[in-house]
Amino acid sequence: MKRIITSLICIFAFSSGVQANAKSDNLIKPPGFADAIETLALANTGNSELSQPKIESEKNNSQSTLISSIKSLDELAGQLITADYVTKKEIIRNIATLKDSRALPFIESILQGELFYIKKSDQLVYRQLLDNKKYLAVSALNGSELGEFKKRKLKKIGINNNLRGEMKTIIATLKITSTDPILREHAALEILKGANENTLTLIDLAISKETDSSINEILMTAQAIIHLKSVDPLKRIDAIKSLEDSLYVESRNALMLFINENKLNNSETSKEEITYAQETVNGIDKLVTLNNVAENIYFGVSLGSVLLLAAIGLAITFGVMGVINMAHGEMIMLGAYTTFVIQQLMPNHAGLSLIVAIPAAFLVSGLMGVLIERTVIRHLYGRPLETLLATFGISLVLQQAVRSIFGPLNQDVLTPSWMAGTFTVNAGLELTFNRLYIIIFSLLVLATLAVVLKKTLFGLQMRAVTMNRPMASSMGIRTGWVDALTFGLGSGIAGIAGVALSQLTNVGPNLGQAYIIDSFMVVVFGGVGNLWGTLVGAMSLGIANKVFEPMAGAVLAKIIVLVAIILFIQKRPRGLFALKGRAVED
Amino acid sequence: MSTLHNTSENPKALKLGPIGTLLMGDKGGQRLIMALIAVAIIFPFCNLVFSEGSFLHVSTYTLTLTGKYLCYALLALSVDLIWGYCGILSLGHGAFFALGGYAMGMYLMRQIGDRGVYGNAELPDFMVFLDWKELPWYWFGFDQFWFASIMVLVVPGILAFVFGWLAFRSRVTGVYLSIITQALTYALMLAFFRNDMGFGGNNGLTDFKDILGFDLQSNTTRCALFIASALAVILGYLISRFITTSKLGRVLVSIRDAEMRTRFLGYKVEYYKLFVFVVSAMMAGVAGALYVPQVGIINPGEFTPIYSIEIIIWVAIGGRGTLFGAVIGAIAVNYAKTYFTGAFAELWLFMLGGLFVMATLYLPKGIVGFIEDAKQGNGTSNRFYLLFKNTPFSKWFSKQSSKGSV
Repeated sequence: MKRIITSLICIFAFSSGVQANAKSDNLIKPPGFADAIETLALANTGNSELSQPKIESEKNNSQSTLISSIKSLDELAGQLITADYVTKKEIIRNIATLKDSRALPFIESILQGELFYIKKSDQLVYRQLLDNKKYLAVSALNGSELGEFKKRKLKKIGINNNLRGEMKTIIATLKITSTDPILREHAALEILKGANENTLTLIDLAISKETDSSINEILMTAQAIIHLKSVDPLKRIDAIKSLEDSLYVESRNALMLFINENKLNNSETSKEEITYAQETVNGIDKLVTLNNVAENIYFGVSLGSVLLLAAIGLAITFGVMGVINMAHGEMIMLGAYTTFVIQQLMPNHAGLSLIVAIPAAFLVSGLMGVLIERTVIRHLYGRPLETLLATFGISLVLQQAVRSIFGPLNQDVLTPSWMAGTFTVNAGLELTFNRLYIIIFSLLVLATLAVVLKKTLFGLQMRAVTMNRPMASSMGIRTGWVDALTFGLGSGIAGIAGVALSQLTNVGPNLGQAYIIDSFMVVVFGGVGNLWGTLVGAMSLGIANKVFEPMAGAVLAKIIVLVAIILFIQKRPRGLFALKGRAVED
Repeated sequence: MSTLHNTSENPKALKLGPIGTLLMGDKGGQRLIMALIAVAIIFPFCNLVFSEGSFLHVSTYTLTLTGKYLCYALLALSVDLIWGYCGILSLGHGAFFALGGYAMGMYLMRQIGDRGVYGNAELPDFMVFLDWKELPWYWFGFDQFWFASIMVLVVPGILAFVFGWLAFRSRVTGVYLSIITQALTYALMLAFFRNDMGFGGNNGLTDFKDILGFDLQSNTTRCALFIASALAVILGYLISRFITTSKLGRVLVSIRDAEMRTRFLGYKVEYYKLFVFVVSAMMAGVAGALYVPQVGIINPGEFTPIYSIEIIIWVAIGGRGTLFGAVIGAIAVNYAKTYFTGAFAELWLFMLGGLFVMATLYLPKGIVGFIEDAKQGNGTSNRFYLLFKNTPFSKWFSKQSSKGSV
C-alpha cells in the first residue's frame, strides 16, 4: 500500500520538478539546482507523506498540477493566504524551484512566522513594531511600505510542524546549492543535524557537486551517519571507518546509537562492528578531551592576558613604587570610557577609533594618575595603609563622576569587524579572534613596558629612585617628577587595559571594581617588583580559573583560586618571584 | 554588665569599682558610656510612653535606625581594637559581621516555622522553593536560641582563628594582609551568593517573624533590641578598654609600632595578634547578630569588600586608636550617609570618597585626635590645623597658640 502511494507521489514530483525546470530556463541558475530540488522532492515525499491516506495525496496531486501552471513568485505567494496546509506545502515547493533570489528569504520568513498578510487587501507583508504600538507593513514581494496597521489588521501565515520540517529541508537545499560558500557550509551543518535516509540522495548529489573540501567533509560525515543504518555490512564498516576522528557531536551520537541498537541482535558480524564502532567512539572521545583541554587553556590564556593587562599597571605602582592604588580599577574604567567617547566622535570607523583610543586612553588615565599622585599620594609616601584608604576614596569619586556624566547604565562599545569571527582549528574547536587579539596585545604591552624600564633614561631613573631615593636625588634626578611619571605610566597602562576590556565586557561605572581584586591577586601571587612575576601570575591564575570552571562551576572556581592564593601567601608571603635581600623587610 | 558589678571585691577597686578603674583617666570613654546609658534609657522611654503626636515622641523608625548605628559602632570598635592598637588593617571585617548576622538570621528563620509562604514547619521557604527535602546538617540546632548565640561567637571566632593562624604565623603583614582579608570576604561573598550553599543565595534570609517568642514588629521588642545594642556597645567598649590598658595591650601597641623589635624582645607576636584578632572577630559577630533582627534581613551584600572598607573609614574619621573615637566615627558617618543618600543621593559617593581623602590627608588622627591636638595647642602636626594657622580662626582651635604665638 505504502509503496503504491510513494511511487504515485514520485511520479508527481518528477513531473512538477521537470516542469519547473523547463519554465525557469531564462532565469539565472546555480549549477545542479534543479536536480537538487528534484531529489529533494523525491526525498520529502518519501519522508512526510507515507502516513497520509491515499485520497489526500491524490487530491494533493490534482491541486499541485493546478499550481504548477502559475509562473511567478508573486502569483504563487498570493495563493498562500487562502491555501490549506497541504496546498501550502505544494506552493512553497514550487516557490523553491523558481530560481528567484527572493525565494530563500521569503521561505525563511514563513518558517520564522514573520510573514503576515493585510486582511483587507490580501497583500503579503513583513511587519515592524512602531513606537505608537502600531505596525509598519512592508511588502514581502517588493519591499515597499504599505502604511501603518493595528495588530489585528494583520494576520500571520500559519504553518504546522509537518510544513516546518519540510521548509527546513527546502531552505537547506536552497542554501546547499547556492554560490556562496558560507551559506553552503551552514546548510551542510543543518543537513548534518537532521541527517536521515530521506536526505541521503540530496547529500550524494551535493557531494558530487561540491568543490570546497571542508564542506565536503561535513557532507561526507552526514552520509556516513546515514550509511550506518544501511543493511549492507560493507557500507556500515565503511561508514564507521569514515567516522574515525570525526569531531561532530552527531557522529559520536550516531555511533553510540549504532552500538546500542546492535547489541540486541547477536550475530557475529555485528559483534565485530560493535567493537570497531566502540574503538572509534573511544578515539573520538580522546580527541574531544584533547580539544577541551586545548580550549580551556586558550580561554585561560585569554583570561590571563586580560588579568595581565589589568595587573601590569598595578605591578608598577604597587611593585615598583610601593603604592597601593585602589583607584587602579577606575583607571581601567576611564580607559574603557575613553574608547566609548572616541567611538562616539568617529561613529563610522569602529576599527580606526579603537586604534586611536589606545593612545587617547593612555593619556587620559595617565594624566589622571599624575594628578592623583601630585595632589594626594605625594603626601602619603611611606604610609601604605593611608594610601590605600585615600585611593579608595578617589575610586569612589571617579565612579560616581562617571555615573553622573554617562549615566549608570552600561555603554555600547562596538567591536570592529576584523575582531569578530572565529578561527576554526577543527570541527570541535573554534577560537574567537577577539581573544586572540587581546592575547597578542597584552604581550606587546608587556614587551613595550619591559623595554621602557630597561632601555630608556626614564626607566633607568625610575629604577634608581626605587632602589635608593636619597642617592638618586643627590645624583640630580628629580625624584618627585619621576614618582609622578611612574604613577602616570602605571595608570596609563591601566587605561590601555580599559580599551582591551571594552571589547570583552560591558562598559559601565563598575567595570574597574570587577578587576581590582583579581589584579591584586595577580601581583601578590606573582611577587612585587617583577614583570615576569606578573606575567606568570596572570597566566597561571587565568588558566587555573578556566581549568577549575568545568569541574566546579564559575563561582566555585573563583573561590577555589582565591583560597588557593590565600594559602599560597602563607607559604611564600612575598609571592612567586620575591625580591631578595634587605628590601624584603621594610 | 551586672556580673562585672558584682565581682568587685578587690579593696582598692571598691572605691571606683572595676569599671571605674578601667575608665580612670579616660574622659572620652566616660562621656561615651554616660551618653550610651542615657540614650538606652531615654529613647525607648520616649518611644513607649509618649504618644505619636507628642513633641517628645521618638518614632520607631528613629529608634531602629539608631539601633542600627549602635551595631555599626560595635563593629567599628572591633576594627579599632585590631587596627588602632595592633596595626592589623583588616579589609574583611564585614565578613565576621555578616557571619554573626547569618547565625542569628538562621535562628530567626527557624522561628518562622510553618508561618512561611509554603507552610513547611521544618524547612525555610527558600529551601522548599529550591526543592530541598531535608535540612542541611549545618542548620541543625539553630532552632535553639542558646545554640545560635554560641554560634554567633564561635563561627566568626573559628574563621578568625584559622585565618589568623595561617596569616600571622607566616608573617603576612601590612598591605599583604589587608589584601588577603579583602580576598577572604570576596570569596565568602561569592560563596554565599550561590543558591546551593543553603543560605538563601541572592536573597539571603528575611521575612523574620519573632525572636524568643516576641513579635519583631512590636515596639517593645524593638526597644529591647535597642537597649541590648546599647549595652553591647558599652560591654564591647569595656572589654576593648580592658584589653588595651592591660599589659597585653601594651605589647599589642608595641607590635603595632615595631613588630620586628617586639619579636626580638622575645614576645610571641603571632599569638598576641591572633588573640586580639579572634576577640575582634567575635565582637563583630555580636554586632552582626544584633543588627539582623533590627534590620530584618541579612544577605550576601554584607560581604561586599566595599562595606568592609567603609568600616575602616568610620574608624579613621572618628580617630584611630581611641576606641570611643571609633564609636563616634561610626555614628557620625552613618548619620551623614542616611541623611545624604536621602537628600542628595548623587552626592553621597562624592562625599564618602572625599571623606576618605580628607581624613587621611588632613585628619590623620580623626575627629578625636583633631580636637585633642587643638586643645593642647600642638596642632602643628595637623594639616587641617595648618590650613587655619595664620588666620583669625586659629584661636578657635587652640587656646595656647593664640597666647604664645607672638
